[in-house]
Amino acid sequence: MTALEKDILNILTDDARISAKQISAMLSVDENTVKNCIAKLEQCGAIVKYTAIVNDAVLDDSIVEAWIEVKVTPKKKEGFDGIAKQIASFPEVKSVYLMSGAYDLAVLIEDRSLQQVSRFVSERISTFDGVISTATHFVLKKYKIEGTLTEREDADNRILVQA
Amino acid sequence: MRDFVNQKSKLLKPSGIRKFFDIVRETEGAISLGVGEPDFVTPWKVRSAAITSLQRGFTQYTGNRGIPQLLELISRYLFERFALSYDPKHILVTVGGSEAIDLALRACVERGEEVLIPDPAYVSYAPLVTLADGVPVALECLEEDNFVLKAHNLEKAITPNTKAIILTYPNNPTGAIMTKAELEEIAKVIVKHDLLVITDEIYAELTYGKTHASIANLPNMKERTVYVSGFSKAFAMTGWRMGYVCAPAEIDEAMFKIHQYGIMCAPITSQYASIEALKDGFSDGFATVEEMRDSYDKRRKFVLHSLTEIGLQCFEPQGAFYAFPSVKSSGLDAETFAEKLLRQEKVAVVPGVAFGSFGGNNVRLSYATSMQSLSKAFDRMDAFLQSLK
Repeated sequence: MTALEKDILNILTDDARISAKQISAMLSVDENTVKNCIAKLEQCGAIVKYTAIVNDAVLDDSIVEAWIEVKVTPKKKEGFDGIAKQIASFPEVKSVYLMSGAYDLAVLIEDRSLQQVSRFVSERISTFDGVISTATHFVLKKYKIEGTLTEREDADNRILVQA
Repeated sequence: MRDFVNQKSKLLKPSGIRKFFDIVRETEGAISLGVGEPDFVTPWKVRSAAITSLQRGFTQYTGNRGIPQLLELISRYLFERFALSYDPKHILVTVGGSEAIDLALRACVERGEEVLIPDPAYVSYAPLVTLADGVPVALECLEEDNFVLKAHNLEKAITPNTKAIILTYPNNPTGAIMTKAELEEIAKVIVKHDLLVITDEIYAELTYGKTHASIANLPNMKERTVYVSGFSKAFAMTGWRMGYVCAPAEIDEAMFKIHQYGIMCAPITSQYASIEALKDGFSDGFATVEEMRDSYDKRRKFVLHSLTEIGLQCFEPQGAFYAFPSVKSSGLDAETFAEKLLRQEKVAVVPGVAFGSFGGNNVRLSYATSMQSLSKAFDRMDAFLQSLK
């Protein structure tokens, strides 16, 4: 990774809506250079997607999230990849990570109710060939999402005009 | 009943910023570029150390000078970051840099002695000189000199009554810095006329591109320099009110007495927080400070670029977190500009006149605010300037 790529990623991971023009001003780099660099990061898959961090606790929509610990028997040749990709293909599944430690896959599921999540786990994930066991942990409250505190610390308690 | 208030206090001018603040407060939806402090909250580790100190029952006075461990750490910090060597026994922890300036003036200035203040300047200096029975003398720093103090201008302002000069680089409000070479030029004049220097280096960690040079490091200067700094700007700790002052033994002794009788000691909780700020800094090469500086620098560049785009001329500030553009091209004086901009487009900047007799063509704009606010503020300023055409 070049220093410029690193700088651009730092800025975008903090606020993806900042324009190439603004970035070029912030870094004193030509706007087209910034655009090309971002295009390259997108093409090579370093930038996966631009999205918003949503704190659904603030919204009325009830959404239930759960982390599922999945123990799996790895298969010959493909190891964990086959089953991980199968699980990942469901729209209810938000993240799938292969983990070290007591279980193998950490699966984040989002659905409309506790029942829906439970059913998804028991009727889908558990039934896959190679799944040994699952443990479901429902998310109760989010304090920090993607490096951002949900209850913001407000630097703008500051007095509006000062010496 | 008698009038109990003395003449000295009566004659103090109310701060020019105060008046402006009242208008801003009443303007709903205003974006303020008038804030003179970091937009970071004090790092959690530092806050946590303060909480722990309270849990452990550290709620008493400390020694007048400050907690010995803190004095040791400040001494090490000044040496490692700025190559300044001050013995912990000549360091005094104060209630913000402001107390330190006040102490220096009260300890050194005799009635009627003149104190030179490069102008535009931070708002407190002149009133503090007056309160110390001295006479503040504004020393104009020109935009064409990048708001740096020039030796010949200094020379011109010196009279037989001149006792001291207050230097603030990196500067609030202009964002100017002075390089070692530039400081050497004025140091010659200072030595020649046997002046005292009070150097307020509270923004020392915030320079961009060039490293900070302290006048206290120049030959023959340390013995005539009162060095003032603190934790507010570098560590995002304004509300903790933690400053310190280092001075030659006799001055230190005098300041110590005034501090002892007037203040006793800086708050113990803030001192423990500051101990953590420094310890944490030493553990990772002051990574948090560097991160904050890097963040300011990006915004500084954005601001400079945007000023040029909307057609306001600005010299490149290389320190602190302020830009001080000239608004001459708008055809308005700075005060009218600031007031109209606020009423019309709801963006608050501070007119240069709030910072002394000069700077009437400039406004101070703080970029210690989010990129989103800056970006929006510049769109509005652009619209404002268009409306004047």
